[in-house]
Amino acid sequence: MSAYPEHLDVEAVRADFPALARKVRNDKPLIYLDSGATSQKPVQVLDAERSCYELHNGAAHRGTHLLGEEATDVYEGARAKVAAFLGADTGEIVFTKNATEAINLVAYALSGAHRAGRLQVRPGDEILITEMEHHANLVPWQQLCERTGATLRWLSVTPEGRLDLDHLDSMITGRTRIVAVTHQSNVTGTIPPVAEIARAAHEKGALVLADAAQSVPHQPVDVAALGVDFLAFSAHKMLGPYGIGVLFGRAELLEAMPPFLTGGSMIEVVRMEGSTFLPPPQRFEPGVPAVAQAAGLAAAIDYLNALGMGNVAAHEESLTAHALDELREINRVRILGPDTTKDRGGAVSFEVGGVHPHDVGQVLDELGIAVRTGHHCAWPLHRALGVQASTRASFYVYNTHEEVAALADGIRYAQRFFGTG
Amino acid sequence: MQLESMYQDIILDHYRNPHHKGLRDPFDAEVHHVNPVCGDEVTLRVTLKDVGGEAVVEDVSYDSLGCSISQASVSVMSDLVIGKPVGEAMTISQAFLELMQSKGEGRRVEPDEDVLEDAVAFAGVSKYPARIKCALLGWMAWKDATARAMEETQ
Repeated sequence: MSAYPEHLDVEAVRADFPALARKVRNDKPLIYLDSGATSQKPVQVLDAERSCYELHNGAAHRGTHLLGEEATDVYEGARAKVAAFLGADTGEIVFTKNATEAINLVAYALSGAHRAGRLQVRPGDEILITEMEHHANLVPWQQLCERTGATLRWLSVTPEGRLDLDHLDSMITGRTRIVAVTHQSNVTGTIPPVAEIARAAHEKGALVLADAAQSVPHQPVDVAALGVDFLAFSAHKMLGPYGIGVLFGRAELLEAMPPFLTGGSMIEVVRMEGSTFLPPPQRFEPGVPAVAQAAGLAAAIDYLNALGMGNVAAHEESLTAHALDELREINRVRILGPDTTKDRGGAVSFEVGGVHPHDVGQVLDELGIAVRTGHHCAWPLHRALGVQASTRASFYVYNTHEEVAALADGIRYAQRFFGTG
Repeated sequence: MQLESMYQDIILDHYRNPHHKGLRDPFDAEVHHVNPVCGDEVTLRVTLKDVGGEAVVEDVSYDSLGCSISQASVSVMSDLVIGKPVGEAMTISQAFLELMQSKGEGRRVEPDEDVLEDAVAFAGVSKYPARIKCALLGWMAWKDATARAMEETQ
């Protein structure tokens, strides 16, 4: 395997992940190639969550008792950690349920009747997205347009699975209010030039949101360098727990935005006639905070920082290069998306001629290999690439070159089983 | 390996050479069903005829996209229901649904081969929750189309 450089001590990493030690079907060791859907969790994250419940379990931001104070420290400490991880200010980090909720928060805030003020989306305005988006960065914008009478426009993808930017300047108009784009495709791994898109959008006065669910876990991300106004991601795809995600929003924008979900914790004064709201980020965090989940996310960031995000990205690039080399050699396998690792992350989707993705996935599962099959919540992208569905392998810090080779063997086995190889 | 128990030869044969495939006219009702998880889809038409006051399935025609399980299942289903009185076909459909909901127990509690015929080959599928919807896609489309056709012809 010396052809592919090593950037992480993968054996040491793997020892931190209890799930990777288990056996799956037919008593096979687990080969987990579905981190794009959700990552496995290291003991450090599980311990952080558990110790939060054992030692600091009080409702944050309320009460006067010690446990509540400690819980508040854990929660706000996690916020500071996320901010530092992204190069943002602490007040620019809003905890949400996940990336999906973070995007919905922005989409609803921009349609919050007169309360959204200068950010208000109105009839005749335009929202620009891309054909490459996960449904989470697509459907909320369709719904925003339905609520407001704005028009949804989108950038198309090239046959290679890149964004077609030839018409970027004409697609962003004076009426464009926000451009929402993925920072890394969950299907093709394509990394669009978000910084370039952000510059073009800002020239026309449009806001920019990056769906970073597939980028923040896998590459160094600096919101200032990207130049985006909003950025959303989920903890569970980056070694962290379910149930917590992040919205980064530039301070002056969050300040101008009306709330999305409302209730306790986010109010300033409540009277029967009406209420006023706290400043950001609390304005957007109703209900008792998910303290243990925030602790888990902070531990995940510590874990990734210890590895170094540059090393994480380099490790995945090495695995992706290997996977592309292997898949290219298999007859009747078509790789969706870029054929090289340039501007491409570690999600590799492919079609196996004559074998439906569900059947490919079933055979791989029998071999202990976990992959994703279907349209991966990116149905329009699959249509644009001319396929009904695909099989996706996605890599992370704990994957090995041996596992990449096992994937290729598994695909060949599926072809033999269905008589197409 | 359990693959062979799931992908029985009957299933693979129907997948490679589906029976009754292709949309035909005339028809009494047409439906389009989708499995939103994977995007598998089927467009299915039902034609009924009246035989001595009883509704009989004269034809089932379909066009479909999907995995081996969903494709083989709609093919086996069309074999089973064409020519049968609607009531009897609904009984078969119910037996198939129960087989799919048996979580693999169908392999111990023998499914009724007299009722299900080739469809007993899908018993192994019931052990894989993610694939049960594949096997049921065509059957659910047929039930829906037949119910609509019954309304049309009343």
